[in-house]
Amino acid sequence: MALSDKDRIFTNLYGLQDWRLPAARRRGNWDGTRTILERGRDAIIEEVKNSGLRGRGGAGFPTGMKWSFMPKQASERPHYLVVNADESEPGTCKDRDIIRHDPHTLVEGCLIAGFAMGAHAGYIYIRGEYYNESVVLEAAIDEAYEAGLLGPNACGAGWDFDLYVHRGAGAYICGEETALIESLEGKKGMPRLKPPFPAAVGLYGCPTTVNNVETIAVVPEIMRRGGPWFASFGRPKNAGTKIFCIQGHVNRPCNVEEEMSIPLRELIERHAGGVRGGWDNLLAVIPGGSSTPMIPKAVCDDVLMDFDALRDHKTGLGTAGVIVMDRSTDLIKAIARLSAFYKHESCGQCTPCREGMGWVKRMMDRMVEGRAQLAEIDVLEEVTRRIEGHTICALADGGVWPVQGLIRHFRPMMEERIAAYRERGGKVLPTLPMAAE
Amino acid sequence: MSGAHTPGGPSIGGGWAGTHAADEQHPEQPTHFAFDAESEAKVAALIKRYPPGKQASAVIPLLYVVQRQMGRQTGSAWVPRVAMDVVAERLGMAPIRVYEVATFYFMFNTRPIGRYHLQVCGTTPCWLRGSDDVARACREAGHVAGYGHTSADGMFTMTEVECLGGCVNAPILQVDDDYYEDMDYDSTVRLIDALRRGDRPVPGSMIGRQTSAPIGERTTLLDVPGE
Repeated sequence: MALSDKDRIFTNLYGLQDWRLPAARRRGNWDGTRTILERGRDAIIEEVKNSGLRGRGGAGFPTGMKWSFMPKQASERPHYLVVNADESEPGTCKDRDIIRHDPHTLVEGCLIAGFAMGAHAGYIYIRGEYYNESVVLEAAIDEAYEAGLLGPNACGAGWDFDLYVHRGAGAYICGEETALIESLEGKKGMPRLKPPFPAAVGLYGCPTTVNNVETIAVVPEIMRRGGPWFASFGRPKNAGTKIFCIQGHVNRPCNVEEEMSIPLRELIERHAGGVRGGWDNLLAVIPGGSSTPMIPKAVCDDVLMDFDALRDHKTGLGTAGVIVMDRSTDLIKAIARLSAFYKHESCGQCTPCREGMGWVKRMMDRMVEGRAQLAEIDVLEEVTRRIEGHTICALADGGVWPVQGLIRHFRPMMEERIAAYRERGGKVLPTLPMAAE
Repeated sequence: MSGAHTPGGPSIGGGWAGTHAADEQHPEQPTHFAFDAESEAKVAALIKRYPPGKQASAVIPLLYVVQRQMGRQTGSAWVPRVAMDVVAERLGMAPIRVYEVATFYFMFNTRPIGRYHLQVCGTTPCWLRGSDDVARACREAGHVAGYGHTSADGMFTMTEVECLGGCVNAPILQVDDDYYEDMDYDSTVRLIDALRRGDRPVPGSMIGRQTSAPIGERTTLLDVPGE
């Protein structure tokens, strides 16, 4: 059962129509926003809770609950909504389409979400590379102001709300919510120790909620059609529609909004033209962006694309960036390149990450050659366990999980590589290398 | 304290501008920077986005204004250190805080670059779809030795960047602010030749795709209200 067009929220995902306000209104954006706001804060949060919406930025935290953490009573400290548009997880390009083709879903969502959490101001932190997208977004915000949809007495509902775009400048770490806040304050993007959580002490020390673009952009349609409508898609606790980014070795890479819990195979074959060379040519899939461990074909055959099904296979839905790799792929090199990514993007604050990402990359580079002792596969695995969970933020976790996934499912491939290197007469150091090799 | 990138001793906290002996080692560093009228208008609008007293938030936006002005004025979009001092003064920040930001974030060029900035995404999603060919085409057609280098004619600087977030249109080559998508060796060569001639091909898919839709017939969004 595939999602039908009438149940798609992002009806201009591909930019077939104009993104500007008049066309967006014809698609249903900004319809009855005032009525939605007049239902009140609590009713909006309740509706979002009923929808079962979980955050679309990777962690999958229930959105309604997150909003309810904001203080109920206003104090001298203003509340802030911050939208995470730093989309940088390798394999993920969904928020880009929302911003450049359906920006009014996001702008309207910001007003509703901001109102629901008592915020009079919102910042959309967009990755610096999305320059052209930021131009569209700023223009969409400008036309919303001109139409009275933002600003003083937004939509005539008696709530003042200002919305600003803030461009990042090329740092994956700023997708981490507290690093994003630091960056927005004009500092290096280094994550903060939690607690306190942003809902208590966030931007400028004030109560703040950080949400992903897709999370915010689906809210207006949830409010119009009701939480139960959204919850009717996907399995329980995995509700809703979701934009998947299907890429790599498929015949027709694409973004597509589909129902949660769709089987991975159906997703690839229905929308992406199938695996290059046929399903049996599939080797492995990284299901949810680079941080999620890969799954081999045997798992891909019948796994469902949702939070819980993928967690059962020791991976995750993450950002739903589906990276497909066929049998021609050098999987070790594919993962080694990710290790290089995490080394490059470590902010350097925590020692296990700063030193560990470089160490793991150097180990993986040797594994690509096979220039290693067999026992070093276990050393590598052991070190990733020492890194995982020992840092302020989850970057290092995301950096070692792909390596763990490789070892879990494709250890024989690594062993063969090592054996082949020896057969060629390649030299291997007899002792294990130290961190500062 | 005579290291090439070490701020000078006597001027700690006072910035690098005009006080530093290492300037001789950095002949490319100008001794003066001032926002021009076009930049000043942008600076005023950007600072207003943040609450009173929180103008440090504008540091990244202002560094972008600097980089763009340098591109406009010199043909090389970069951030000289004297401009960092100007930004620090404007925002009431210690210069070191601006240097930190300018060097922490990857998109600020702290050295001059060529006329066009070829930014090749080499992360796994692009690598799976042939980013090695794109990089080779940049080296061969742009006459660039490799990542971090600029061609002898000053036209092209080549940088390997991490995931650009356009993965369903991989591989991607970003030229300055624009994404060129669904690239291969030949289309990269054609693009570079066009840039050299002074043309700016329309960004987006180089194989005629509608943005992130699958090539050929769409499977969704066949029946939507609107236009």
